[in-house]
Amino acid sequence: MTLQAFLTLAAALFAVGLYGALSQQSIVMLMMGLELMINAVLVAGAAFWFYLAPASADGQVLVLVAVTVMALEMAMGFAVVTALMRARDVDVTDDAGDLKG
Amino acid sequence: MRTVVFWVLALAAVGFGVAVFRVDSMARATFALLASFLCVGGTMVLLDLHYLGVLVVLMMIMEMMVMAVFMIMYMMNPAGLMPMSMLHNRRGALIISGAVLVALVAGVWTVDWPERAGRPPGDPTRALGEAVMGAQMPVMIVVGVAILATMVSAVVLATDRGRYDGGDR
Repeated sequence: MTLQAFLTLAAALFAVGLYGALSQQSIVMLMMGLELMINAVLVAGAAFWFYLAPASADGQVLVLVAVTVMALEMAMGFAVVTALMRARDVDVTDDAGDLKG
Repeated sequence: MRTVVFWVLALAAVGFGVAVFRVDSMARATFALLASFLCVGGTMVLLDLHYLGVLVVLMMIMEMMVMAVFMIMYMMNPAGLMPMSMLHNRRGALIISGAVLVALVAGVWTVDWPERAGRPPGDPTRALGEAVMGAQMPVMIVVGVAILATMVSAVVLATDRGRYDGGDR
């Protein structure tokens, strides 16, 4: 177990999540991709804490914030999907491109 | 021993992560994501982060149970009865995520990481508790307010009444 091994795991999870977020049509599947990307942040944060700065708890606090962000992201994402579904019967990203610039 | 466990968990985490976008049922995808999170929680326990590891495991079990309900609500291909592609721009997504993976891995193995500063405390959980109730208190305050704001705005968004109780449509 080294810092590099943990960060490689984080990089792999991040890339898989990015692929999902970019390629999925369904908005809820897109959110699964985002969750995987935050998952990678959790691994990287924990590894940075353990291997670089274990004396202070800042790394642990960062992981705690990332876990919270993940839960909030999911709650708001589902609320937006539900609102979109109610208003327009839309659940795929291609039909929700109103803000495309 | 720990190294073996780590690599098993790491491979399983990435494997289940890939499975999320390979299986053709969105309900199965939810449980693949849950398995990936459980493996990540396991790797955190290996880093002596017992509290945060268990927190991730428990939170993700709850979160994925809620997610499974939504997945079934918005399932694109129920029970595999309507075989269809759930993807768009597959090539572009593969190229971009592959490039990001290569760049990140190259960075991880070429950057000259700093030396380890200090030693882990005897009880990391205690150190975390003292941090969030001491020097990092503003972080906890902001997180608390953010959770409250999310609860209110999620309910407002999801309920079936707009302003003036649906009179605007």
